[in-house]
Amino acid sequence: MTVFLIRRLFTMVISFLLMSLVIFIIIQLAPGDFITHLMAQMSGGGMRDEYAREFAENFRRLHGLDQPKWIQYFIWIRNFLTGDMGHSLLHGRPVATLLGDRLALSFGISFGSLVFTWLIGIPIGIYGATHKNTIGDHAATFVGFLGLSIPNFFLALVLMIFAVFALNWPVGVLFSMEYEDAPWSFMKALDLAKNLWIPIVVIGTAGTAATIRVMRGNLLDMLGQPFVTTARSKGLKERIVVRRHAVRIAFNPFVSGLGMSLPTLLSGETITSIVLNLPTAGPLLFEALLAEDIYLSASILQFYAIFLLLGNLMADIALTWLDPRIRLE
Amino acid sequence: MSQVAGANQSPAPQPAVDLDAGLATGFWLPIWRRFRKNRLGVVSGIILIVLYTMAVFAPFFSPYPFDEFHGKVKFAPPQRIRVFDEEGRLTAPFTYAYQRQMDPETLALNYREDRSTRYRIRFFVRGEPYRVLFVIPARLRFIGIEEGGTVFLLGTDVLGRDLLSRMLKAAQVSLSVPLVGTLITVVLGLILGVASGYFGGVVDDVIQRFIELLLSFPHIPLWLALSAAIPPTWPSNYVYLTIVAILSFIGWGGLARVVRGKVLAYRGEEYVLAARAAGARNWRIITRHLVPGCLSHTIVIATLSIPGIILGESALSYLGVGVTPPMTSWGVLIKDATSIHAIVRHVWLTIPGLMITVTVLCFNFLGDAVRDAVDPFAT
Repeated sequence: MTVFLIRRLFTMVISFLLMSLVIFIIIQLAPGDFITHLMAQMSGGGMRDEYAREFAENFRRLHGLDQPKWIQYFIWIRNFLTGDMGHSLLHGRPVATLLGDRLALSFGISFGSLVFTWLIGIPIGIYGATHKNTIGDHAATFVGFLGLSIPNFFLALVLMIFAVFALNWPVGVLFSMEYEDAPWSFMKALDLAKNLWIPIVVIGTAGTAATIRVMRGNLLDMLGQPFVTTARSKGLKERIVVRRHAVRIAFNPFVSGLGMSLPTLLSGETITSIVLNLPTAGPLLFEALLAEDIYLSASILQFYAIFLLLGNLMADIALTWLDPRIRLE
Repeated sequence: MSQVAGANQSPAPQPAVDLDAGLATGFWLPIWRRFRKNRLGVVSGIILIVLYTMAVFAPFFSPYPFDEFHGKVKFAPPQRIRVFDEEGRLTAPFTYAYQRQMDPETLALNYREDRSTRYRIRFFVRGEPYRVLFVIPARLRFIGIEEGGTVFLLGTDVLGRDLLSRMLKAAQVSLSVPLVGTLITVVLGLILGVASGYFGGVVDDVIQRFIELLLSFPHIPLWLALSAAIPPTWPSNYVYLTIVAILSFIGWGGLARVVRGKVLAYRGEEYVLAARAAGARNWRIITRHLVPGCLSHTIVIATLSIPGIILGESALSYLGVGVTPPMTSWGVLIKDATSIHAIVRHVWLTIPGLMITVTVLCFNFLGDAVRDAVDPFAT
């Protein structure tokens, strides 16, 4: 176990550095830099050319944009590793203060969606496997596919309209006005849930079909396994056989597949938050990418990478605990 | 790395005796027979054929040129084709004229049917000239209206352009992106997958690590980052191709992995060894003996990758970093109606969103049916 962890941590560090390099290359692909964008916007503002050039040079020197790209990368990654994420060019503030709660909220929403997907998808999948090829099974599969097929942004739009006009609930805010500055309480938490259900449902529905299919398929496989037959022959009730013996093992692919579903969740979170303009990392990232605010976008993407690496590690550890047949080497 | 004992089954081998034994011969016929039994898959396939036909002949089916403005009928609701007149008698199809009214409170324009004025609908009319598939010149349009009248079957947008005509035009982009994208995915996936499995060693390691890196990163942020890098000055057909390339940039990884696995398995088979012993070169072994073995899996993965490409294109276009004017896609059409108020007051503007959903749903069912047909033993 210890050997496994050490080896795992080592590969994680390598992946982290590789990802940081790829991220930095990708965000530098755009022609020009932040200041050319800014100048293009300001050129109509009547600033004299020589002043504009001088301003641009000073700005680039101040933020290290005049250095060769590879030096920029090394400065950025060195600072990032020491906890200094640099200054947002767009907002004129340190990236750390900008991100603040936004990242936590992004990951929170992603996690909430995962829970939603499992809460909906797993029972339906179990139902599908135990009631194979009934009308209920087919209907559930169809609804799952429908959720998979509606574009996230479109569902977000539709639910937003529904929330605003049918329920009269605010959209794009975390707390209603009366709870904004109130201390944490049950009502405040409820208020948060009321405002976060749209993104969670939107992101969650996209993953439900896959969850249903995987759970149904796995459980069907497990129900034919010898250990299930053994449990049945012991005279256990079918309900207990399914729940204690089959479902527990059929659950494994979700845990091991967590590494694969986390990117999907973050993807959904990004687009949904942009559409709903939620105060999460998504809209900030989009804005930063468009304006070529490299320090801000690189930091957000790098945090996504860290989140995914940690998620994968935890999935592997959880799997050994869930399935006694698995050994870590 | 974690290992699951016994849970890592290789895909079931092709059965020696086919399910439709006796009748079916060859490789494709049994697949086609199994596919035909999946009703949902067949219906989806037919819907998709209809959609693609309409997209190819978009100008023929659209009553108006897609960029024609009608300044007097902005945000007009869909018009109904009527076949019964005021007295309830069956007549030739016609539409009523619009009657504009301004809401005295909100100052918003409302449209009602003006029952006093009728315009006959004409079929197979000569309209504005257009070209089919950029080449064949034509003037014929399926549907037209008597002089002075309008026929907006799906209503109009903010500038008074016919939504049906725009949606048909947009379908050309929305429906071709997944095909071109899948083509790139298949070519890249096959080349890199075969290279990885056949040559092994360092090539294999580098390709596999790169794929892991790609697959482990969230798609939307990656797509956003890449498409935000497209210079805004580029002409729209360059942008279109770049978007397609960006979308298929991620998809090939999954295919390459499967192909690699297959090639690794086939590499040691007797028929490959025999070919090598007979003096066949790498190229011949790969193209004649290895790639055909991966074909069925390639088709399945290609079909299953289409929904993701459509959803990706529409999301990027909706956010404004996708295809650029004068090109339009279903995602762009929804963006055009982006304010909540516009959408609530003009519900028909959400129809492009429904079209995306229907298309993706059909491709999902089709992909599922194709997978079941090709590999009936997969879960």
